[in-house]
Amino acid sequence: MKRIDAINEIATKVKESGALLIGNIGIPCKEIHHVCDVPTNFYMLGSMGLASSIGLGLALARPDKKVVAIDGDGSILMNMGTLATIATQSPENYLLVIVDNGAYGSTGNQPTATSVVTDLAAVARGAGNKDVFEVSTPEELRDVLKSTDKGIIVAKAEPGNTDAPVIEMTPEGIIERFTDISSQPSH
Amino acid sequence: MTGSPEILTPSEAVFKGINDAGIDFIVSVPCANLKELIPMVDKAPEILHLPVTREEEGVGICAGAYMGGKKTAMLMQNSGLGNSINALASLNQLYNIPLLMIVSHRGVEGEPIVAQVPMGELTSKLLDTMEIPYFMPGKDVDSADLIVKAWNTAAEQKKPVAVLLPIPFWRKQA
Repeated sequence: MKRIDAINEIATKVKESGALLIGNIGIPCKEIHHVCDVPTNFYMLGSMGLASSIGLGLALARPDKKVVAIDGDGSILMNMGTLATIATQSPENYLLVIVDNGAYGSTGNQPTATSVVTDLAAVARGAGNKDVFEVSTPEELRDVLKSTDKGIIVAKAEPGNTDAPVIEMTPEGIIERFTDISSQPSH
Repeated sequence: MTGSPEILTPSEAVFKGINDAGIDFIVSVPCANLKELIPMVDKAPEILHLPVTREEEGVGICAGAYMGGKKTAMLMQNSGLGNSINALASLNQLYNIPLLMIVSHRGVEGEPIVAQVPMGELTSKLLDTMEIPYFMPGKDVDSADLIVKAWNTAAEQKKPVAVLLPIPFWRKQA
């Protein structure tokens, strides 16, 4: 499985569930945008490490909406405290998918610690998260996505990027389109 | 005996300002000077409060909460400004996201810990460089009003704003 395969599965899931989707900095955002650009997507263009935090804040603010964040192993390693905060809050409407390809995919595939010794699922459990799922194929990911809207999925993948184009939207355009939906009451 | 107006402690005055401003989502990283304020915020039924592990994480959580319609603030020590700079610039300033930072400003007058001094002296310079507006208490300035003014500035200008509360401010603690 490559990152794009995981993104395809997640895109299918959020299209069906109407969940708000937070995309991680760099090529993951480009790939999400390329696969399925919808107003319920927020593309995080900067602030590496904070996709999981943005998703958590949104889920806590809006318990009436489902929230999914797509993050990477390099980003989680940069903000590991997020796993403790997510465990402590444990919102029912928040699903964090960590695509763990063992590399900083947007900067030249430099290896991360997860390609050597670090086990992010074990870290997530150790931080106190109860619902932690590990998958390594698109089919396994699809099955878990069908069964839950809550918890943390660590999706093991091989490094590699598609040539998804740059996102042409402005930051203002991205957030205004998103908050038109995310800040409104559900019907 | 005539009734005198109730004198608020520094923490009570800041808490009043938080309520007057309508802040309903708060993250915190502790400082000794925030030890009375944090439990007040935590107990307030109209405020969703969560402790975070690092200020940068708090900036991200507050950005998400803002997108969910919340009015957000972070209780922090000024050392945490250093932990937050990339996020304040490449998240809040990039997307025009407001945030009120209520900052215990250490490393200034009366500081007993030498390690607090470097960031204490850099704090206002860093805010100036980042073009982040900041407010400080002064004579005849009501602390609660200061908080409201700072939040209004954040909301109107859609950017992060700081309130710097130095050691002498907290000394008035009852």
